[in-house]
Amino acid sequence: MVRFENVGMRYGMGPEVLHDLSFSLKPGDFRYLLGPSGAGKSSLMRLLYLAHRPSRGLVTMFDTDISTASRKTLASLRRRIGVVFQEFRLLNHLSALDNVALPLRVAGAREDQVREHVAELLAWVGLAEHLHVRPATLSGGQKQRVAIARAVITRPQLLLADEPTGNLDQALGLRLMHLFEELNKIGTTVVIATHNENLVASRPHPALRLTAGELGATVTLPATG
Amino acid sequence: MARKTGPVVPLGRDASSRLLPWVFTLMVYLASLSLASVLMLHGAADRWDRGEINAVTVQLLPLDDGSEAERIAQTLKLLRSTPGIAAARVLEISENMALLEPWLGEGDVLGELPLPRLIDVTLTPGETLDVEALSKTLAEAVPGVTVDDPKIWLNRLATLGRSLEAVAGAIVVLIASAAVATVIFITRMGLAVHQDIIELLHLIGARDSYVAYQFQSHALSVGLRGGLLGIAMAVGTLVGIRSAAERLDAPLLPDLSIEPWAWAAFAMVPLVTALIAMVTARITALRVLSRMP
Repeated sequence: MVRFENVGMRYGMGPEVLHDLSFSLKPGDFRYLLGPSGAGKSSLMRLLYLAHRPSRGLVTMFDTDISTASRKTLASLRRRIGVVFQEFRLLNHLSALDNVALPLRVAGAREDQVREHVAELLAWVGLAEHLHVRPATLSGGQKQRVAIARAVITRPQLLLADEPTGNLDQALGLRLMHLFEELNKIGTTVVIATHNENLVASRPHPALRLTAGELGATVTLPATG
Repeated sequence: MARKTGPVVPLGRDASSRLLPWVFTLMVYLASLSLASVLMLHGAADRWDRGEINAVTVQLLPLDDGSEAERIAQTLKLLRSTPGIAAARVLEISENMALLEPWLGEGDVLGELPLPRLIDVTLTPGETLDVEALSKTLAEAVPGVTVDDPKIWLNRLATLGRSLEAVAGAIVVLIASAAVATVIFITRMGLAVHQDIIELLHLIGARDSYVAYQFQSHALSVGLRGGLLGIAMAVGTLVGIRSAAERLDAPLLPDLSIEPWAWAAFAMVPLVTALIAMVTARITALRVLSRMP
């Protein structure tokens, strides 16, 4: 599903921020992406959610070479990817329902189905009473749940999450991790970038560790508690 | 109950977008007035080109032989028997003097001048009159009679009308070009201002055509709103001009009426403007988006 071979990445004419990354992800894989701030986790996530093309090397996603894919092809590939952004990136002029509905509407889903599915999912993440509320009036945790609902509403084949539990209390964090694992069980590949090593240890899955733009060996942290 | 979904890209909230309907109102107003000028001048120039006239003036120069009454009667008889002439009326001396008063002023000088007698000849609508032949016939039959041939100045008027028509047409084209340039500018600005939203739309799988649709539908809506207000103002102005022209007793003024089909053309102006805005916004957005990474 995802294959990186000697991938390097730079922003514009700046220095290379990722060096010689090589790894692959199969359907149904679950990976944490670990590393200190500035290690290149966000840059790697940008490559994975196709916001950037690699500066060198080969990135293949869904059997498509990203370096040479057309804009139209990239749009089709992005519809198979769900992303939970660290800064949420909700549209403040739209309601929670309309934010979550956006990927379905972009894909041309029928409006009656859109509303039904979105309302159901928002209820599941505990926001049934906030369907028509705009993000500005939601708390950080509520915004994060809206962002997560938007990422999973299309049942993506690849789910990418950047610090998805950062603003949530432990119980809700675990509940959402459970959601990711349920999606993973039905074949969704999941990559979660996080600083939270407690979370990683409590829900053990293999982890990719980035240090100064370079990838170390895949590790699985031992379970705790 | 389903709530109304707002636009994905909030273009209506941009300061520049709030001004856009008024820009369109003004442009459609000016374009409609120019178009009206084109249509009116086109009709008048056609009539002038064809030499269509509805009246001619016959002059009887003053002679000292006391034959004026006889010459007038003879001329009227000939005129009334000529095909294409509906009526012929001799202007009273006082009417002649009234025509000259604006230039010569009131006073005895007018009474002392040897003024020609004028006959106002009304032509039958739809029929043509051979002014040259009439002039020849009258000159042979009645001494001192001349017929003003309006064709000479009609030709000059037709040339002037065609030139003014071309100028008005050029103004319509210039206004349309200004509208296109405005839409291009506003669309580019909207793409820059809402870059974050557009990037997010791309990241969740939106194609360029979906993003462009947001801009084209906004331009269509703004174009229609501004255009309808502009055409309403233009129609009001034209009705006012027409009503004022009808009250004027100025036979030299061209017929300022607009044909029914031309009113239908006016109704199309807001629609055409909105369509131009929509297509321009779409093409601009697609071109800018295609250059994005």
